[in-house]
Amino acid sequence: MALLQITEPGESTAPHEHRLAVGIDLGTTNSLVATVRSGQAVVLSDEMGRSLLPSVVRYGNDGHVDVGFEAQARQSLDPRNTIVSVKRFMGRGRRDIAHVESMPYDFVDAEGMVKLRTAQGVKSPVEVSADILGNLRVRAEASLGGALTGAVITVPAYFDDAQRQATKDAARLAGLNVLRLLNEPTAAAIAYGLDNGAEGIYAVYDLGGGTFDISILKLAKGIFQVLATGGDSALGGDDFDHRVFCWIIEAAKLSPVSPHDARLLQTRAREAKEYLTVHGEAPISARLASGEFVDVKLTSEIFTEITKTLVQKTLGPTRKALRDAGLSAEDVKGVVMVGGATRMPQVQKAVGEYFGREPLNNLDPDKVVALGAAIQANLLAGNRAAGDDWLLLDVIPLSLGIETMGGLTEKIIPRNSTIPVARAQDFTTFKDGQTAMALHVVQGERELVSDCRSLARFELRGIPPMVAGAARIRVTFQVDADGLLSATAREQTTGHEARIEVKPSYGLTDDEVAAMLKDGFSHATDDAFRRALREAQVEAQRLIEAVQSALKDDAHLLSILERAHVDACIAKLQAVMMGDDRRAIDAAMDALNKGTGEFAARRMNQSVQRALSGKKIEELES
Amino acid sequence: MSVTLSESAAEHVSKFLAKRGKGIGIRLGVKTSGCSGMAYKLEFADAAEPEDVVFDSRGLKVLIDPRSLPYLEGTELDYTKEGLNEGFKFNNPNVKDQCGCGESFNV
Repeated sequence: MALLQITEPGESTAPHEHRLAVGIDLGTTNSLVATVRSGQAVVLSDEMGRSLLPSVVRYGNDGHVDVGFEAQARQSLDPRNTIVSVKRFMGRGRRDIAHVESMPYDFVDAEGMVKLRTAQGVKSPVEVSADILGNLRVRAEASLGGALTGAVITVPAYFDDAQRQATKDAARLAGLNVLRLLNEPTAAAIAYGLDNGAEGIYAVYDLGGGTFDISILKLAKGIFQVLATGGDSALGGDDFDHRVFCWIIEAAKLSPVSPHDARLLQTRAREAKEYLTVHGEAPISARLASGEFVDVKLTSEIFTEITKTLVQKTLGPTRKALRDAGLSAEDVKGVVMVGGATRMPQVQKAVGEYFGREPLNNLDPDKVVALGAAIQANLLAGNRAAGDDWLLLDVIPLSLGIETMGGLTEKIIPRNSTIPVARAQDFTTFKDGQTAMALHVVQGERELVSDCRSLARFELRGIPPMVAGAARIRVTFQVDADGLLSATAREQTTGHEARIEVKPSYGLTDDEVAAMLKDGFSHATDDAFRRALREAQVEAQRLIEAVQSALKDDAHLLSILERAHVDACIAKLQAVMMGDDRRAIDAAMDALNKGTGEFAARRMNQSVQRALSGKKIEELES
Repeated sequence: MSVTLSESAAEHVSKFLAKRGKGIGIRLGVKTSGCSGMAYKLEFADAAEPEDVVFDSRGLKVLIDPRSLPYLEGTELDYTKEGLNEGFKFNNPNVKDQCGCGESFNV
């Protein structure tokens, strides 16, 4: 007998047509799956009642694939075939991954994404993630009693196209129909926002095991909009454990410890940290392999003191994200806490003080992202109640543009634009009779292409031959709801079109994203100067080509002396245009313009005469 | 004859109603569809229709439209767990046979 759930009035589904949808938080350390049951978002547990699934996959010699706790348990015995934190490899090339040398894996260089050699052959991060997702899918289908209609999968807000595409591919490989990829902070806001019926500016403070993310969201009239994101990819709960570990060494006056003892003390450090969440002091005791005995007490005062700088470190990116959004701490109506590390009282307190209000923490910070994804999945699968038709808006983290003459970036979609979005801009040809155009899609905030990231290149052919500047090429960028970009170039008179789906072979690391953003701000003046210089250079080149083409046709209109003067002006301009003195280029351009003024006037007269010759006045007047 | 909720069903219905924040009770019904002729309907109820038959069970209102009532007389709504799956189950004495999945039935 199938088990039923209560639906909204009038929404009862026909037998065998239940729209079973789940939300999946595909995390670096742990993953979760959640669904909406009888109107309530719940995380689905495994047979043993555990809701977290460690994001660990082991490809054993016996051909068996272990996922989760089983894989984690064998990690130290079989490190090479046990893949942990695969999320860090998604959509990444080998050189994008930090500390490759120190990882126990046998990396295989592959086109685009890095791959790992295991006892069961070469596996891509997409396949490893698919094994995690597949495990959650089986759990969800057993829990819901049927095949899933679809799933919403969460990704960090800073994930680029390659990383999003890889996540989507992994879900498809796991047999999941992806309803949408959803940014993690947005999912957290949904879990809180809808439940509490909130409106206004919200901050999502996500302190996980190894990463910190801050997002500023705007909730208005049921629309979720990510205004800005920021963070630190190398800051998380593990750093707090490490501070405690160092403190233990010092407090117990230990000499340098063996790797085995270090692991034991690190575990004790983590336990003490968790104990202090609800207690005032934590006893720490351990017998080391060295024969030494550790027996110390960590009070919450000491813990707060030794981790003060870590907590402070999260507030820098927080300030910056607020500034990016053009807001201050007082504008924030609520702060959503995500990630197990936000359970620490000193983190709660510091965040509370910074924003001048108590953070929202009545949902489990480990589950909040999965719960929000489940709510979104339920709506997208069509199980919506009256009044639930809200939209979901996210933003793109870095500007998208194309390269123009002189290696300059022309931004087509600016950073922090809400998605889905489509923007078009018209471009033209640079040379007479130009019939093709190479388009170079770039991502970043800088004015020069060489400082931005190249995403893709494509070509538009079949432009009818015209004089320079006459053709109209409309370039359209479209970013879909999952944050994936497609670019189209279309010649307006003939309708010739070229398009490309942007699947960059390498992704950007979040450090790179942060660095590119920082660069964009700190180089703004420098860039403006260089841009003006490049523009002058491009203009000079255009002017020289125009004069030379005129000389080819109408050189007879100039006396030898005049011709010599024009040639001298051209030579002068050519001499200075590759330098970096914009004034000199402008002056030489002026000189050439003046020097050819008379020439231009004569050419004009000549063409007017040609047009008029042999015609009577009356004909012209009619 | 009446329609009732088991203790476990009543507990879950109260919880879901509280979470939802509105609603006067639940509506049970049958509709003609499915592989064996009839299918159950289980919804939140925001208002009673004039013709509704209303049962009180464990402090909760159970609304049933008069056309569905003959097929549901004597039914107890239960909430059970089967493996990882959990949800509501109709213990309906009127059912003669049902499809393999139990989602539709015949009287």
